Amino acid sequence: MARFLARRLGLIALTLWLMSIAVFVITEVLPGNVAQTILGHSATPEAVAALQHQLGLDAPPPVLYVRWITGFVSGNWGDSPSLQTPISSLIPGRLFNSLVLAVAALIVIMPLSIAFGVLAALRQDRFVDRIISITGLSLMAVPEFVSGIILLSIFGIWLHWLPTSSVAAGGDPLTSPQYLVLPVLALGIVFFGYVARMMRASTIAVLGSAYTRTAMLKGLPLRLVLRRHVLRNALVPTITVVMSSIGYLVGGLVVVENLFSYPGIGGLLLTAGLSHDVPLLEDCVMIIAVIYMASNLAADLLYAYLNPQIRYSQA
Amino acid sequence: MSVPNLSIPPESAVGPAPPVALPAARRVRRGVALRGLLHTPSAVVGLAITAFWMLCAIFWPLFAPYSPDAQDFNALLAKPSLAHLFGTDQLGRDVLSRVLAGSREVLTLAPAATLLGLLGGTLVGLLTAYYGGWFDEIVMRVMDAIMAFPFIILGLLILAVMGPSTLNVILVIGFGYVPLTGRVVRAAALGVRDLDYISAARLRGASGLSIMLTEILPNITGPVIVEGTVRVGYAVFAVATLSFLGLGVPPPSPNWGAMINDTHIYIQVSPWIVLAPTLAIATLVVAINLVADGLRQAVRA
Repeated sequence: MARFLARRLGLIALTLWLMSIAVFVITEVLPGNVAQTILGHSATPEAVAALQHQLGLDAPPPVLYVRWITGFVSGNWGDSPSLQTPISSLIPGRLFNSLVLAVAALIVIMPLSIAFGVLAALRQDRFVDRIISITGLSLMAVPEFVSGIILLSIFGIWLHWLPTSSVAAGGDPLTSPQYLVLPVLALGIVFFGYVARMMRASTIAVLGSAYTRTAMLKGLPLRLVLRRHVLRNALVPTITVVMSSIGYLVGGLVVVENLFSYPGIGGLLLTAGLSHDVPLLEDCVMIIAVIYMASNLAADLLYAYLNPQIRYSQA
Repeated sequence: MSVPNLSIPPESAVGPAPPVALPAARRVRRGVALRGLLHTPSAVVGLAITAFWMLCAIFWPLFAPYSPDAQDFNALLAKPSLAHLFGTDQLGRDVLSRVLAGSREVLTLAPAATLLGLLGGTLVGLLTAYYGGWFDEIVMRVMDAIMAFPFIILGLLILAVMGPSTLNVILVIGFGYVPLTGRVVRAAALGVRDLDYISAARLRGASGLSIMLTEILPNITGPVIVEGTVRVGYAVFAVATLSFLGLGVPPPSPNWGAMINDTHIYIQVSPWIVLAPTLAIATLVVAINLVADGLRQAVRA
């Protein structure tokens, strides 16, 4: 287990390093530079060059890269040119808000879609199954902002049950959970289709297996067979699907935070991209990459825990 | 990017190795698959809605009551009326006309990006499956690395650098699809690579390229077509999302995602101007997915 973990951590460090080079190379090509962003579009080229020199940004790219990455690793992130504030004061709070949103979405959607997936499998090819399958298929095709607008129209404007805006600027999402309901649903609803579909397929496979038949034939009650044999085995492939779709969740955050003006890391990333704020953009992408890798590792460990077969073979 | 598979000979020219009855048998199977599609109610509904939007994309100038960019300053954020069935937006433009006209952009960009992804993915899939070994290993690891990173973040980064334009949106989505399509094509090609007619072609002295294009590719068209249909649906998803984020084709071209981004702050005052493009995207993506699902089941059966 320790070797498995060490190998994975090494791979993650390598991936992150390669990613940092890719991010740096991509953003170096950006039209407009940090000095231009600070001074605005009407600044003269001389003024831009002078500020660029003053900030020490006219050094050759390898020097800039080393300076950026050592600063990033040591937590010395510098200032955001477009927002004129230290990046280290922006990212942690925004990141926390986004994690609240993402975790809440998973907690709400997962049990629901697992339950409906099992139900569809038990009623295979019957009316209930068709309805669940088509609903899931439709929901996973619809972009987050589209389902967000539809939810907003129904629950915010038509029924007046929920507020139409998100957290008030600077507000803490935990103190006002009613503001979180719509963003959480909009973020999570795409997953319903993926997870329910996967759960249905793997449940059908397990239901057809010899050990399930034995359990049924020896007279165990259906509920016990489902819990002890079917669910436990069918969950493993489903977890793999959830694992591989963490990336969609991160992309969804950008969209949902933009729609609901939710103060999270996705919204910050979009602002940085649209305003060509290179330092903020680079740091946001790297932070998202770190979190993404960490959650993938956590999911792998969970998978290894649930499925002892892979624990040693892949170490 | 000139990919030579445009010159694939018709299936009757498969060569002397396979039995003579193969092309006819395949035609029968394809007919059955198509009939199966028309027997699935959800797929028929999907086909009808997709056809509706395709007609709109081609013929919208005939239906649209106004020019999509014409502004009526006496009717800003007007309520739905006989003059403006879905009201007008904050600049006084007719929402119905803009939604109808917006179908053209999304139905041009999404298929173009899909085609690019399919071409690239087919190339990658055929080459890796046919040659195998370390080449396969390296290419697939690179594909995995690209796929591992959240697509929207990658698109955001690249489009922020290259600037939003029609071509850039197609390139980002198309190249983003190469790893996914490549994996599907590779899996399908691996299934036929070791069959007798491939060995026969090899014994005949056919080149690797000719085997890939005339022996393998014609026999995996089913999975490739299904993958293409699924991808078109997701390309619509991606085009709409990028436009919504302000990273799509720049204004003033009528564009569903951008319409929602520009108007969602007015949702309290005039929900219809936001709902019209929203329902347009929803119906189109759901319809394409229903067709893809029907096709998948028909091909499998």
